[in-house]
Amino acid sequence: MIKGKVHKYGSNVDTDVIIPARYLNTTDPDELASHCMEDIDSEFVNKVKPGDIMVAEDNFGCGSSREHAPISIKASGVGCVIANTFARIFYRNSLNVGLPILECPEAVAGISEGDELEIDLATGGITNVSTGKTYQAKAFPPFMQQLIELGGLINYAKTKLGQRQ
Amino acid sequence: MGQTITQKILAAHCGKDGVDPGELINARLDLVLGNDITAPIAIREFEKIGAKTVFDKDRVALVPDHSTPNKDIKSAELVKILRDFAKKHNISYFFEIGKMGIEHTLLPDEGLVGPGDAVIGADSHTCTYGALGAFSTGVGSTDLASAMALGETWFKVPEQMKFVYYGTFPKWVGGKDLILHTIGKIGVDGALYRSMEFTGEAISELDMAGRFTMCNMAIEAGGKNGIIAPDDKTLDYAKGRTKRSYEVYASDADAEYVDVVEIDVSKLEPIVSFPHLPENAKPVSEATHIRLDQSVIGSCTNGRMEDLRIAAGILKGHKVHPDVRLIIIPATQEIYLQSIKEGLTEIFVEAGGAVSTPTCGPCLGGHMGVLAEGERAIATTNRNFVGRMGHTKSEVYLAGPAVAAASAILGRIGSPEELR
Repeated sequence: MIKGKVHKYGSNVDTDVIIPARYLNTTDPDELASHCMEDIDSEFVNKVKPGDIMVAEDNFGCGSSREHAPISIKASGVGCVIANTFARIFYRNSLNVGLPILECPEAVAGISEGDELEIDLATGGITNVSTGKTYQAKAFPPFMQQLIELGGLINYAKTKLGQRQ
Repeated sequence: MGQTITQKILAAHCGKDGVDPGELINARLDLVLGNDITAPIAIREFEKIGAKTVFDKDRVALVPDHSTPNKDIKSAELVKILRDFAKKHNISYFFEIGKMGIEHTLLPDEGLVGPGDAVIGADSHTCTYGALGAFSTGVGSTDLASAMALGETWFKVPEQMKFVYYGTFPKWVGGKDLILHTIGKIGVDGALYRSMEFTGEAISELDMAGRFTMCNMAIEAGGKNGIIAPDDKTLDYAKGRTKRSYEVYASDADAEYVDVVEIDVSKLEPIVSFPHLPENAKPVSEATHIRLDQSVIGSCTNGRMEDLRIAAGILKGHKVHPDVRLIIIPATQEIYLQSIKEGLTEIFVEAGGAVSTPTCGPCLGGHMGVLAEGERAIATTNRNFVGRMGHTKSEVYLAGPAVAAASAILGRIGSPEELR
C-alpha cells in the first residue's frame, strides 16, 4: 500500500522539466533527485516526502527518452505517479526501473494538490483519504505483471538469458 | 484485413504473418543504439544481467554525440564508459570524435539502418529511420541494456494513423514545415502510442532529408514511430550505403487506420512553433515581430547537406544581424567536409556565423550555444520546452533552415521572401 500527499501538475510535463539536460552529466539517482522538477516546481525537492504521489493530466513525461526522469522521481521518494496519460517512452522507462505509474483520468479529476491518497498497486485501487472517494485504475496487462513480479526488465532479461544458456 | 507497413515489419521480426494493434510481441532487432547520455546507464544495467558479451558486435551502435567534444569532466567520464565498453566487447560501431556525427543522421548515412529493419535506440528521436521504411523507436536505457544482451525486445503493436499530404509545395516550405504544421494540428499527444504513416503526393516530392526531418519529429506528437514507405528516392539513398540486405514493405490498400488526416501543403507558409511546445505552430507571417538573440541551424532534425544548402543559399552575400549569434552545426563529419568542399562553410563564416563540429550541443542546452535568462533563439531543432536551450526564462522558436537563416539576417523571425 502506497500512502502519501499529492503534488499535482498539469498537462505535457516534459522530461526537460522533470530533470533538465544540464544535470545529465551524472547517472547518480540521489544527485538526479536533488534537481527533480526544478524548472517547473523549484520547491518540490524540499516538500516531497517518501511515499508521496505525483498526479498530472495528459501526456506526462513527454519528450526525451532519458531514463534519468523516472529515476529522479523514484529517488526523490515518490511512490507512484497517476496521470490521464503518459508519453510512451516514459511509461516504458518507469516500469523498467520500478517506478509504479497508473493511468486514471477519473482519479486525476477528483484529486487536488495536498490531498492524502492510498494506492493498492495489486488491484489498481486509489482512495482519496481527504475526500473519501475511491477510484479504479486499469490493472496492468499480464506481460507487465510478470515483468513487475520479476522486479523489472533487468531481472526479466537475466531470467531469459539463463533459459537460453 | 490488410496490414500497414509498420505491422508487416513487426510481424516479420516476430515470425508471424500479421500482427494486430494492442498485441504484445517479442521482436528480433536489426540494430540497437545508445549515446553518451543513455548508454552509460544501459552499460551499468547490462553488467547486472550477467551477459558475457553483446548479442552481435555488428548490431550495436554507440555514438557519443550529446555532450561531445567532451564539454566537462563529468561528460568526459560518461564518454569514456562508452569507449571502454566498445573496446571490451569489440563493438564495430563506436564512433570516435573526428569520425562521429549526430546519431540519427550518422547511422542511416553509414548504412547501418535499411528499409524493413526493426531498430531501437535509447534516444527519443530514433524514430528518424522511418524515412527509410524501417520501424524504429526510442526507448530508455534499461530497454537498451536488455536489447544489447538479447537482441530482441517487447513491443505493444501500435494503432495505425495515416497522414496524406497532397498539393504542391509553396516556395520555402519543406519537411520541417509539414511536420510542425501536423503537430500543430493534432497536438503533442495527438499520436500518443500510435504509428504515424506519412503518405501522399507531397511526400513523394520530398527529398530524403525532408523525410528524415518528418519522421524525426513523430515523437513530438507522441508517436511510437513515423514511417514512409520506400520509393525510388529511398532505394537510391540506400544503394551503396546499406551494409545489410533489406526488405521493402508497403501498406496494403485495405490496411486499417484509427485515423486518417489529410493536409493540403499548397496552402502552407513556412511554419514557426512558439514556446514552449512544438504544437504551438503558426505561419511565419504571424511571427515577424519576434526579435532574436540566436539562430541555430543543425541537430538530428535539420543538420543534413540539403538543410545547409538552403541556409547557405539565403545567407550568401548577407551579414548576420549584429544582435544575433548564428551557430551552424553540420550533423556529421561527412556533411562537415562536404560543406567545406561546396563552399558553404565559407559562406557561413563570411556572413558572420560560427560553424561547429558535429554535436547535439545547444539543442538540449548542453553546450555550444546555451541561452541566458531572457534570451530568445530560433532553431531548426525539435523541442522548445521550458529551459531546453538554457535558462528556464529563455525561449526557443522552432523552424526550418530557410526561416532560421533568414531570421539570423533580419535580427527577428522572418521569411526569406523579406530579403528580396
